Amino acid sequence: MGGLSYPAQKKIVLALFLLVPLTLLGMFTYYPAARLVYLSFTDWDGLGSGMSFLGLDNYREVFTNPDLFGVFLHQIPYAVGGILQNIVAIGFAVILNSTLKGRNAFRVLLFIPYIMNGVAVAFMFQYVFDTTGGSLNALLGAIGLESLQQSWLGNAAIVNWALAGVSVWRYLGYTMIIYLGALQSLPSDMYEAARIDGANRFQSLWHLTLPSLSRIIQLNMFLTLSGALAVFDLPFVLTKGGPAGASETFLLKTTETAFQFNNYGLASAMSVVLLLLTVLILLGQNAALGRKGRD
Amino acid sequence: MNAAAKKKIDPIQAVKYVLLVAASFVVLFPPYVVIVNAFKRENENSSPFALPESFFNFDNFRIVYERADIGHAFLNTLIIVAVSLLGNIVFGTMVSYALGRLDFKGKGIVLALFLFASIIPNITTQVVLFSMIQSLGLFNSLYAPIVLFVGADVLQIYIYLQFIRNIPYELDESAMIDGASLFRIYRTIVFPLLAPATVTLVILKTINIYNELYIPYLYMPKQNLVVVSTAIMRFAGNNQAQWGYICATILIIMIPTVVLYLFLQKYIFAGVTSGAVKG
Repeated sequence: MGGLSYPAQKKIVLALFLLVPLTLLGMFTYYPAARLVYLSFTDWDGLGSGMSFLGLDNYREVFTNPDLFGVFLHQIPYAVGGILQNIVAIGFAVILNSTLKGRNAFRVLLFIPYIMNGVAVAFMFQYVFDTTGGSLNALLGAIGLESLQQSWLGNAAIVNWALAGVSVWRYLGYTMIIYLGALQSLPSDMYEAARIDGANRFQSLWHLTLPSLSRIIQLNMFLTLSGALAVFDLPFVLTKGGPAGASETFLLKTTETAFQFNNYGLASAMSVVLLLLTVLILLGQNAALGRKGRD
Repeated sequence: MNAAAKKKIDPIQAVKYVLLVAASFVVLFPPYVVIVNAFKRENENSSPFALPESFFNFDNFRIVYERADIGHAFLNTLIIVAVSLLGNIVFGTMVSYALGRLDFKGKGIVLALFLFASIIPNITTQVVLFSMIQSLGLFNSLYAPIVLFVGADVLQIYIYLQFIRNIPYELDESAMIDGASLFRIYRTIVFPLLAPATVTLVILKTINIYNELYIPYLYMPKQNLVVVSTAIMRFAGNNQAQWGYICATILIIMIPTVVLYLFLQKYIFAGVTSGAVKG
């Protein structure tokens, strides 16, 4: 290859280097996504090639059947939990960005949940939440709060909050590390100048720190809200959507519709709706902040 | 410098410690309960917080290791991680070299394709992929997760591009004066200099693949194709409320990534932080 001119080499290298990765991307991401859109207008059962065209029927079903679109209500606790998680994470990031003995140890400790195996975390919390032998009820009993003891995963009014709590437990440290990284990249002379001008700690937090974090906050809010739309693992492992469907999520419903009820057409429409909602959040957020977002 | 100036106890400093200790308690409480109960015998009827009679009682671990097929699970997980990452590093560095060093039409489109792919919730596409994987003959084989994990992704490309920008272009130029081919420049200059980023990505991706649940669950239901995530799911499903066994399984599965993390935290933090800046 050394014998060829560089422009000729460039063409060959580009073709060879991009061929496989772009093929994989096309085959396993864009082709399925396009096919989802196509199937969403049909009644495909996942087996043969036979299917008939239904127009918008599947979408009508998604939006009008409360058993489908309505389960998004179960996901509100995850969104609320995620927003709280961001607020608390910023707080701890600010704390760990200050002069403090042992701050590296705390940083390492608070991040640990994120790297733990997700299924193991789920079962760990099954034990925490277990009604009879669980450690949370035992803890409440030990400090005299028997009245708060609960069937945490068996009570329809509480189960989604309990699951959202697990999610906050798992991702708080991760969010905090992202904020901490952003804080550490802020120039320290900015704070020095503010201090000389007589700004107190709270003022410099409010007027300096938070505005300079706005891009990272925007990213984290996108991850939080799109994550809340696509909740899957925790209810899938811990409750299978129970009790009596109280912890079903839209994505859980989507996979059940496809793999248990073989209604791939409807499941595809649900997938497309989820993707559109995700894009909508992204666009809405960028519009609200009046900026292009990714640059 | 600032703290040395004022020696008296700062109430704000005290509040910080109280908050940090409270958060640490919340983080450590569930794993603590798992650890103490993993060592308890079935007939040790104590509260979930009590210490076990002995931390040398490995009965639960021994029983679980056999019944939950942990050996198979670790082996399969290791194969999937190793093969996926090998391909993933090659593809990721190639795409990044093309995007970072070569000018061509459609560069922006290629980057945008990888970027947009990252916002598609990946469980949704399984609805279609499931029948594709079956017709490719990959269902119930280790190749199913491998083909899904092996491709380059936007986070990886972004981290590599940051590094490539910091490799001086003069290195490429002087190699060209010596008549080196572009492929040789990629292989002997760029690829080796990307090593720190590669280490970070290998660790992050190992953790991600190790933690992945739905793909192995969906494509490898066969008994001997168990991975760590599905091993614990199957075992706990069959041994409801036998907390001694379940805790031992949780511990066996958590330890490898926690140890990896404690030794390699520097790389993990670097990856998580630089990955986020892409927003």
